[in-house]
Formats: sequence, structure tokens, C-alpha cells
Amino acid sequence: METIKSVADLHKIRTSILEAKQKQIVENDNKKLVEIKVAMATCGIASGAKAVMDFFREELPKRNIVANVKQTGCMGYCYAEPTLEITIQDEKPVVFGYVDLKKADEIIEKFIKKGELVDGIIPIKYELAN
Amino acid sequence: MSNRYRKNLLVCNGSSCQQASDADLVAFINFKLKEYNLEDGIKVVQSVCSNKCSIGPNIIVYPDNVEYSKVTKSDIDDIIIEHLLNERIVERLVFDKENGNGVAPIKQYRIALRNCGFIDPEEIKDYIEKDGYDALAKCLSKYTPEEVTQEVIKSGLRGRGGGGFPTGLKWEITSKSVSDQKYVVCNADEGDPGAFMDRSVLEGDPHSVLEAMAICGYCIGANKGIIYVRAEYPLAVKRLKIAINQAKEYGLLGKNIFGTGFEFTITIKYGAGAFICGEETALIHSMEGFLGEPTLKPPFPSVSGYLKKPTNVNNVETFANIPAIINKGADWYASIGTEKSKGTKVFALAGKINNVGLIEVPMGITLREIIYDIGGGIVNGKKFKAVQTGGPSGGCLTEKHLDLPIDFDSLTAAGSMMGSGGMIVMDEDDCMVSMARFYLEFIVEESCGKCAPCRIGNKRLHEMLTKLCDGKGTMEDLDLLRNLSVVVKDTSLCGLGQTSPNPILSTMANFYDEYYAHVAEHRCPSGQCKSFMLYYISEENCIGCLVCARKCPVGAISGEKKKLHIINQELCTKCGVCMEKCKFHAVHLN
Repeated sequence: METIKSVADLHKIRTSILEAKQKQIVENDNKKLVEIKVAMATCGIASGAKAVMDFFREELPKRNIVANVKQTGCMGYCYAEPTLEITIQDEKPVVFGYVDLKKADEIIEKFIKKGELVDGIIPIKYELAN
Repeated sequence: MSNRYRKNLLVCNGSSCQQASDADLVAFINFKLKEYNLEDGIKVVQSVCSNKCSIGPNIIVYPDNVEYSKVTKSDIDDIIIEHLLNERIVERLVFDKENGNGVAPIKQYRIALRNCGFIDPEEIKDYIEKDGYDALAKCLSKYTPEEVTQEVIKSGLRGRGGGGFPTGLKWEITSKSVSDQKYVVCNADEGDPGAFMDRSVLEGDPHSVLEAMAICGYCIGANKGIIYVRAEYPLAVKRLKIAINQAKEYGLLGKNIFGTGFEFTITIKYGAGAFICGEETALIHSMEGFLGEPTLKPPFPSVSGYLKKPTNVNNVETFANIPAIINKGADWYASIGTEKSKGTKVFALAGKINNVGLIEVPMGITLREIIYDIGGGIVNGKKFKAVQTGGPSGGCLTEKHLDLPIDFDSLTAAGSMMGSGGMIVMDEDDCMVSMARFYLEFIVEESCGKCAPCRIGNKRLHEMLTKLCDGKGTMEDLDLLRNLSVVVKDTSLCGLGQTSPNPILSTMANFYDEYYAHVAEHRCPSGQCKSFMLYYISEENCIGCLVCARKCPVGAISGEKKKLHIINQELCTKCGVCMEKCKFHAVHLN
């Protein structure tokens, strides 16, 4: 277990996190890495986000796609839950709304495999402070 | 990975854009693409609302990221020929500031929500990766507590829980109180109906709150932090616990943080969900194990709070802003917002609005931008009537306030308040008298009962509003309602009673005609109050099929086959089933 005893330790941990990501890319035969973030606040879970996240976690390995599927908090699109954000390495993140299992399947087959956009995209309209 | 489409057209599928379209744009564009033989290389995709509803319909060309607005059928040829075939942007359809032909693009700016939805809240490494705990490291290693406090004062940050008290000043006052023990308390007792900002921050980015509490502890000289969170937020509690444990394991909470000798620990206290416990003195009594009742201030918690020790109470959203202020500087934060209200505010949009959701916007944005651009307008294209800000303690803002720049002071001047950030939007179908009654009902249930004006006064106010909604009100009642509201406001002990009549006073100020109609004209203008409704069956349409009589749950409809049916008004509960079931539109409502 790493403990942070000084400011330098904090920076060291941050560097190691970034290095681990780089390592994953190399281990992935330099194929583009896919990161999927599922909005899993109470409201997202209530509208079915957990099932969608489990679907990605089960299906992606079966379909030979290496991806990091992770939960996050509220993205703010309550009107379009469940929502998720997919970032294909080196590309801009794309947000999808109203994702049910059928849509999730379509996203894997069309967007993740072929880079093709599908219905239900939420254009990002905010700036971030960091 | 090969994408067979070289470009995409993202057509906004939001209801506002659809209403503004002169055709089914998706079908029309697909038809046109075929005409130009482009259907193999270009794909039309329906997108969810792009938050530029006032200049819709909007189409984004992807991956070029060019957005065309107010697109009509006749513009499609231009977009295809110019943009898709010749790679030239159709300037006349681009609406932006530089172009001078339209509205500035509305942007949300996320400071408190900077990590919400981007990191795994149960994974401290995600937070560290996004500059997490840098602010704490910076404070402990480079600055004195006074310097950090001055930075927070300079940023102009004001309490986001509703009061709007300058945060830095609160820290300074608490730091000057002399005591062997001080406390930092995070108020996560979010209780306004329709508000969910704090829950979202706790569920999405708990570490930023922990980090900010530690910074606050450093400034005021406290080594203990307590989060008072309602037990009704189980996921927020779970994620907070995980976050606290991870921070402890990493040495970011506990003894000798960053090797500087600074010690800080955080524990959680659960609230049972009483609205009054959001008031800081009541919250402190609840934490001590006593009844959640407020006490008169002074003494302020900054002098004598939890266990009679100096205590600094801040709201979740206030804390969530702190690490960003420390990292990016007070000047940066103070450059956002209005003169007296700096930074951004998180709002929870609810009610009759298309894009129900959580937004963060710079202070000074207008209500119109929030409702019609970010919020996507009113559901089903109905007319906007009012928005309730500040929950049960706030007031309503109407059409005439749409262009008011929103900040703490402007909302107060308009007879409402910022509150914690809940915004409930109402349309033409909502009755303002029953809306006021709803809030008073909430207050009657939530009043702690300690002081008479709040305990008895609000009860009487609620009774009077019920009388009005039942059609039994008199003109004297209206005067009494207003007078009693003022008395309750002036004489109640704490913020709850001092603000609880606000929904009445502001609806009376803005919608007196509705109150008048309930009493003098014996009608509810928006048709919400059931007691004024009268269902009746019209002679010309009724064929005597007996369906309504059979479906009526209280047996209020009588009639023989092929003869006109009649509703017994004494028995009718105004459920509307007869109207719903009649295929011949014979049941009417006056």
C-alpha cells in the first residue's frame, strides 16, 4: 500500500497512474484504447445504468475489445438517462443518452468497432474548470 | 477500425428543435443525400438536445464540429453543396458572437461539478489524476492559514447553501475564536423539494469535499471534520465512506498529512431527513444528539457551535469550489460571475421543462438562457408561467423576470432567493394558489414546533390556502392571508419560519388575479383546483352507451341506454374517468 508522506509522494503517485495507462496502451498492441464511463448516480442507477454497465463489462471481452468500463457520478443529463461517455484514445469524448441494452449493443457494433456515430448523441456544451 | 462514413450530420432531436422545424429534417436530409448520391459517405444521426433551443433547429457537422442553426428545408441544399461537397462552411447559418448574427453560444461552466461524471467516485486515484489533493498540498506546504483564508475571501465565494454569506469571512471569524478544539462541519442535509445538487456532488466527487474540509480545518485551526448527511442518501453515504477510508489509507487524512504535522480526520453523522436540520444551529443540535431545533443567533456557531466549540459550517457545493479556487487562484474565480456574486452556481432544473437536469452556470446568466437554452424550453411547447427558486423558502419568478441576471442579490430584490439551487418550472396549467399550498403543506410538516409563529401561523396559512382552493374563500381571507404571512415572517425564530410565507407573498404579488379569481369569480384560471371543476354530459354528443356510468368509480352517473346520462354533482369526485372513457366527447369540463 502506497502512502503519501510528502508533496513529492503525491506527484509520484500521479506519475505512476499515468504510466500505468501508457503501459496498458502498449500491452494492447498499440491498438486504440476505449474508455467507457457510465453515469452511476442514484438517478442513473434507477433508470437502468447498472444493467448497461454490466452489459459492457460482459460483452466487450466476448467481442475481443479491450476497454476500461468505469462508473462515474452524475453527468447532469437527467432527461436522457442512462447516459455514458465513450472516449476512443486520441479522440474527443462522445456522450450518448437514453442508452438501453439494445442501444448499448448498437454502440459496441457501430461506434466502438467502426467509429460510426449512432442516434442518441448528446453534444457537449460546457467548459470544465480543470 | 474503419469508419465508412466520412462525415456525420447530427440533427438535434430535442422537442424544441422539432417544434421549430418546417419538416422532418432527418427524413428530408436522407432524401436529399440520396439525390446527391452521398448516402454512402454521410450518415445522419439524431442527437439529444444540444442546448441552443432558442436558435433551433440545430445541426452539427461531425467531425468538423461546425454547428448550423435555424436550419430550414431550403438550407439543406446549401449545406450539402457547400459543406459536404466543397468543404466550405455556410457562414450565414453559423450563429455565434463573432459573426454578429445571432446569440452567443451558451456555455455551462463546471467548477463545483468539474469531476462529476468524469471520475470514478470510488477510486481515489482517479481524483488524484485530476489534480486531486494538489490544493491541500499547496496550502500545507506553501501558505499560512491566514494566507489561504485571504485567498478564499479574495475569490468572493459566497455560501452555496442558500444564505450567501461570504465563505472566507466565515473562516476568518472562526479562526479568530480561541479554543482548544474547533470543528469543520459539512452541511449535506439537502432538503428542498426538487433539489439534488449536493447529492450529485457527494455521489460524483466526494474527495473534493474531503479535501476542502481539510483546507478549511487548516485555516480555522480545527483537526476534526464532520459531515452531516441525510440517511436518505444511501449511495452518497456509501461513496463518502469509501472516500474517507481511501484518503486515510493514503495518508491524506489522519496525522501528519504531507509530513507537515497537520492532522485532520473526518467522520460522518447521519440526519433523519428533517428539513429544519439544514439550518446550522438545528443541525448542530441534531449532531449533539438533541432535538433538531434551532436556537437564536448569536452566539453564532463560529463562536459556540458543536459541543459549544467554535464550528465552521459550510455547504457541500461551497466546499466543492474550494480546491479549484486554490489551484487556479482567487483572481481567476473572481473573474467569473457578477460584481457581488462570484463564480458559478449549480442548479437542479425540475418541473415542466424539457431538459430536466443538473447544470452549472456562471452567476449573472439570465433566467431566459437557463430555461429556453439550457433547459430546452417548456414541455409540450406550453407557455412559461413561473419558476420557483429557493424551494419552500423562496419565491416565484415570472415572465417579467426572464431577463434578470441571476445572482444572490438580484433574486432577493425580485422577492425570491437563490436558496440551494432548486428550480421548479411551472407552465400555464399550474395553479399558483395550489402551488403555494403545496409548499405550506411541506412547511407545516417540517416545522419543528419550537416557536409559535411558525408552528401555529403556518398551520393557519395552510388552512386558509386550502379554503381558497376548495372555493370557500372570502375577500377577508385574502387580507388575512397577507397579514399573517408578514407576521410569521417577522416573528419566527429561525430561517425556516422567516421565509416560509415567501411562496404566498410572491405568488400574491405576481398572480393576485388568480387569488382574486378563486374568491370573487369562483373559478381556478388554470383548471387545477378540483373543487371548481364541474363535469357535465352534453346532450348533443351523448348517445347513451352507458360506458361512463359503468366506469365511474363512485357511481355518480345515472342514465338509461340510448338516453342522456347525468352526473350527480354531489357524488362526483372529479376524477375525470368519464371524460377519458367517453369515445364521443360528450363529457365536458367547465
